[in-house]
Amino acid sequence: MSQTITIDPVTRLEGHGKITIQLNDKGEVEDAHFHVTQVRGFERFSEGRPFYEMPSLMARICGICPVSHLIASAKACEAIMSVRIPHTAAQLRRMLNLAQMVQSHALSFFYLASPDLLLGMEADPKVRNILGVAATKPELGRAGIALRRFGQSIIELLADKRVHPGWVVPGGVTEPLAAAKRDKILAMIPEAYANIDLALGAYKKIADTFKAEIGVFANFPSNYLSLINEDESIEFTDGALRLIDARGKTIEDGITASRYAEVIGEAVEPYSYTKFAYYKPLGYPEGSYRVGPLARLNIVKSMGTPKAEQELAGFKQLAAGPVESSFHYHHARLVEMLYGVEKIEEILADPRILDKHVRATAGVNRLEGTGQAEAPRGVLHHHYKVDENGKITWANLVIATGQNNKAMNLGVLQAAKHYVKKGKFTEGILNRVEAVVRTFDPCLSCSSHAAGQMPLEISLLSADGEVVDRLVR
Amino acid sequence: MSVETDVKTLVIDEQEVSARAGQTILEVARENEINIPTLCHLDGLSDVGACRLCLVEIKGSNKLLPACVATVQEGMEVSTNTERLQKHRRTILELLFAERNHICSVCVSNGHCELQTLGQEQGLTHIRLPYRNPELSVDASHERFTLDHNRCILCTRCVRVCSEIEGAHIWDVMGRGINSLIISDLHQDWGGSACTRCGKCVQVCPTGALFDKSKIGSDHPKYPDFLPYLNLMREAQ
Repeated sequence: MSQTITIDPVTRLEGHGKITIQLNDKGEVEDAHFHVTQVRGFERFSEGRPFYEMPSLMARICGICPVSHLIASAKACEAIMSVRIPHTAAQLRRMLNLAQMVQSHALSFFYLASPDLLLGMEADPKVRNILGVAATKPELGRAGIALRRFGQSIIELLADKRVHPGWVVPGGVTEPLAAAKRDKILAMIPEAYANIDLALGAYKKIADTFKAEIGVFANFPSNYLSLINEDESIEFTDGALRLIDARGKTIEDGITASRYAEVIGEAVEPYSYTKFAYYKPLGYPEGSYRVGPLARLNIVKSMGTPKAEQELAGFKQLAAGPVESSFHYHHARLVEMLYGVEKIEEILADPRILDKHVRATAGVNRLEGTGQAEAPRGVLHHHYKVDENGKITWANLVIATGQNNKAMNLGVLQAAKHYVKKGKFTEGILNRVEAVVRTFDPCLSCSSHAAGQMPLEISLLSADGEVVDRLVR
Repeated sequence: MSVETDVKTLVIDEQEVSARAGQTILEVARENEINIPTLCHLDGLSDVGACRLCLVEIKGSNKLLPACVATVQEGMEVSTNTERLQKHRRTILELLFAERNHICSVCVSNGHCELQTLGQEQGLTHIRLPYRNPELSVDASHERFTLDHNRCILCTRCVRVCSEIEGAHIWDVMGRGINSLIISDLHQDWGGSACTRCGKCVQVCPTGALFDKSKIGSDHPKYPDFLPYLNLMREAQ
């Protein structure tokens, strides 16, 4: 009798999703899907609003990475205004984006993933959480909380608010940086380095114990897409996109925001409200690709900061070509956090960082604008059209999670095939299937432009849809 | 020669106060540091008694009177903050919030909106009425300013300041009741109207309905306090 196992909702993710695993008559995994089950319609209700409201409207999509939305949105608005923002504003925004990346990665690594990594995939679900980590590995628990605070504090110092700050506006930022605030940020940096060192050390020690998971956690060849600088170093805020293939060869380079829609399409699958992005010339699903920390480190040739550069070299040694297992997203996240702290320190040393000229102004000079930035979990693209008065007539957002969607689905299938045998599964096995999705750190709020919380429900369904087993966490 | 002043004495919130004949209860209350909430009233503009937030109780009368237009009478006993009044004020605010689309979090006036502040002051925690969610437009045709009907509470401050102070009378109210709408000229786009671009209407708007183009959030404080001074200077000329 064929069956369907449903994991609904998947826990320790940002947003609401579920997993279904379809078993055939022999109890073997036939197919598996990761579903995003909510829809919010940000694109629709932004229609008719003045374009300069878009950053603050779009930031509301997500409480974890509002800064990425702010930046991609502000850049799309600046394309409509046809302005280049002042150097200092660009640097301040870059710092804000990096601070957010650090806090979001800290959230992903310490709060969401580390319970699996440090306590084990089979640990009691009651303690398999950040509190369990804090109880058994207090120094790492503290490091995670401190790194999250580091990023959030910088966002608050720069933009006055930790979540949904209104500081980033089309044309730049509203307030320059005060010297006192710069000094406060600089004072936090040594502790951040120490905490990342601790986490990197701990991760490297345990990574080898997860060989089985590394082998089946979305471990397959794929294309990768990320921003990159002209000197081939990592970039989160400016630069252009590069797409590489499974062997690391560049498929297409210099994809600017305005060219994005030419080369990237979005496919729809009946089982998810999140779309599936793909590279148009290759078609769907062949043109699917991965984004985020793994993609970025696979694509870039250097980090551009000394400490992260060394770590990148270590990361690149994980494979001859691109690093394929999504398990290594965790490792990549730690390297990026280190880069984030180094780069923030570097930006603060910019002699023009306290400059008072931080905003360019203009009206509507073009009727269409696009903007892109790297969100913690991958490329984020905003595309707007306006009427001559600057009111939005059309908007489209392509979110990191949509771009990782195909890989997440294939990863879930790969892990399910490996672990679920003869229709039998345990809580620990289902946790591994969920953990595949967690490596991508998807943001389902962003992907469906939807919000939610996630307890876990697993159902085992017979071929005719009858629930034969059910587990609620 | 001495000028005779007709002085009235009355009681507001158990406090004995004196006033000149013809003064409104609101004026006298504020002179004596007794707070009565208002929304459509603005020092420097004529009063219309439209918002009803300043309703007060008068001893011996069942009717509630708007303090901004009711004048003082000898021996009056006024209560400004009874439970009944508080209930009415909260209901008025709930009606205002439910009538159009007030989304504070993304509003240009968030943090310095008179409607929002009043909601907080009056202890408004929930809107018990279903939101109407009307589909209303944004007029962004003006070179410098934007009108968002979603946030308009029809206080008519803009209409009055444009007519009484600027003398341009661009703004008016179209329609009746819940379908009323602020219009420029004879319902033309603001950008195509005879607007003098002085910006007074933006400064006096208590919410984010009228705002400077390209300003958002904390970026956009308003300074309506200029009106009495402007009037004073004009009278002096």
